[in-house]
Amino acid sequence: MLNDLRRKQLRVFLRNRIAVVGFFLTLLLILIAFFAGYVAPYDPNEQNVYSRLTSPDLKHWFGTDSYGRDTLSRVIHGSRISLAVGVCSIIFGMVIGSLAGMFAAFDRGKIGNLIMRAVDVMMCFPAEIFAILFLVMIGQGMDKLIFAIGVVMAPRFARLSYGTTLSIREREYIEAARALGAKRPRIVLKHIFPNILGEILVMCSLWTATAIRVEANLSFLGMGVPPPTATWGNMVRTGVSQLTNAPWLSIFPGLAIMVAVLAFNLIGDGLRDVMDPKLQQG
Amino acid sequence: MIKYSIRRILLTIPLLLVVLSMVFVFVRLAPGDPAMAMLGQYATQEGLDALRKQMGLDAPMWLQYLRFLGDLLRGDLGVSMLNGVPVVDQLRVVLPYTLELTVSAMVLGVLLGVPMGVYTALRRNRSADYSGRVVSLVGISIPSFFLGILLLYVFSVRMDLFPVLGAGRDGDLGDRLYHLVLPTLSLGLIMTSYIMRMTRSSMLNVLNEDFVRTAKSKGLQERIVVYKHAFMNALIPVVSVLGIYFIINLGSSIMTEIVFSRPGLGKLMVLAMKQRDYVVLQSVMVIYATLAIFINLFVDLIYGLIDPRIKYG
Repeated sequence: MLNDLRRKQLRVFLRNRIAVVGFFLTLLLILIAFFAGYVAPYDPNEQNVYSRLTSPDLKHWFGTDSYGRDTLSRVIHGSRISLAVGVCSIIFGMVIGSLAGMFAAFDRGKIGNLIMRAVDVMMCFPAEIFAILFLVMIGQGMDKLIFAIGVVMAPRFARLSYGTTLSIREREYIEAARALGAKRPRIVLKHIFPNILGEILVMCSLWTATAIRVEANLSFLGMGVPPPTATWGNMVRTGVSQLTNAPWLSIFPGLAIMVAVLAFNLIGDGLRDVMDPKLQQG
Repeated sequence: MIKYSIRRILLTIPLLLVVLSMVFVFVRLAPGDPAMAMLGQYATQEGLDALRKQMGLDAPMWLQYLRFLGDLLRGDLGVSMLNGVPVVDQLRVVLPYTLELTVSAMVLGVLLGVPMGVYTALRRNRSADYSGRVVSLVGISIPSFFLGILLLYVFSVRMDLFPVLGAGRDGDLGDRLYHLVLPTLSLGLIMTSYIMRMTRSSMLNVLNEDFVRTAKSKGLQERIVVYKHAFMNALIPVVSVLGIYFIINLGSSIMTEIVFSRPGLGKLMVLAMKQRDYVVLQSVMVIYATLAIFINLFVDLIYGLIDPRIKYG
């Protein structure tokens, strides 16, 4: 029965050509990030005074910057930061956000109410501004960036898991578990979490896209992982001042950000269709 | 309706208070001593003490907090740590630029996004819908600064049609509008994608409803069914998310202001961050948060106006 459902869902996903493209694009990006050292033609930080600001050619597909560093290699290595920050911050945000949301929905007392009001307040801020507030307080660096973006994304998970938990907490099987004397943490982790996991995972994909975009924005503003580490956002930032004479410096890393965000959005869109029962019948 | 509005307006007060307190706490927890940042590392102890006293940093935290709220109520945001200019004056200069940019981008997003969403929903799974979905997905994936850079490169650098930098001469409306075109496009096209996707899915939901089928089976004209029955109902969820989209828009405007070198809140904030001017930084955050809260309030009030369940509830 369950396998039948899974097979049906897989069929819906595979029929959605856009989602399949997104899946392969993401896979490709992850492989590139993982094997960046082998894929990149040059060392991303190696300077070469003889080939400064060369436009894209056969030797340097994406051109070079004012230090003679190969833009393609820097874009390839930059994928590591973007993906790592995007994925790690979402995992972090998912864990604290969904735990808080599930707890609030289950508790429905003062603490639960307080959690959800805090979520409302946090959702008031634009993501970038909230993250900047955090980074001003805790300082810069990759771990701090992951923490800040994770905290910014957590309220979304809290709201999602709050809603889904509320809708299933009165079901018979939860009541049965309670009647059998199961403790609250056990009910939440064993009976509620597995049932809302599907919806959370769908949003994980869409929100990873958001997290990658927020990381790019922060690093464009100079609040990301500090140089000389190549990140897509800070490459665009330094490249934009040379837009007239060396447009490749900002356009290629910018394209990379767009492709990465798009890839996760495509998967998320496809997964959402998979979870939609209305579409499965058709 | 009136009861709903009053309740919604009153709810803003505690929300505002919490958000402002958060800004206060965050900025106070930032590493580094503001007095030290102002005077440099070779400052004498007496100098530091005197400055701390002048800035009120020697007072206990709760007193600082009360002063912060009191000053805000009186509209006093302090003076910039670097140039001594009152922050209110700086904000008064830059705020209109940010507002004209974000509001015009939002208007563009609604004007393009809603009709496109309806159009693609009516042509579900045909080529127009398919390409519309792909384009809007690209639209929500592209960072605002990158779209800005592309527009700048194509229309200003290559074709020389629009100015490269700045926001235009003060008082010259034509020049201001001329400078506003590309930044508005770069934010507005992204908003268009968000609104188009939301309108499409909301319209598809409504078109499947029983009352639409009933209207059709009554023999009403397709046009009337679509525009009077379906569209009006599909609009409600779209309006309800406009607040969220405006907040995304407000966040993206920071990067757009940097790309186009436009004066604005975002540009002021980034400068304050670089110079560690915590007074300005704190004030900009306060303004952003207040703006976000009032936008949400505004959208919720409109929502109350158009949603009959609230209007007559």
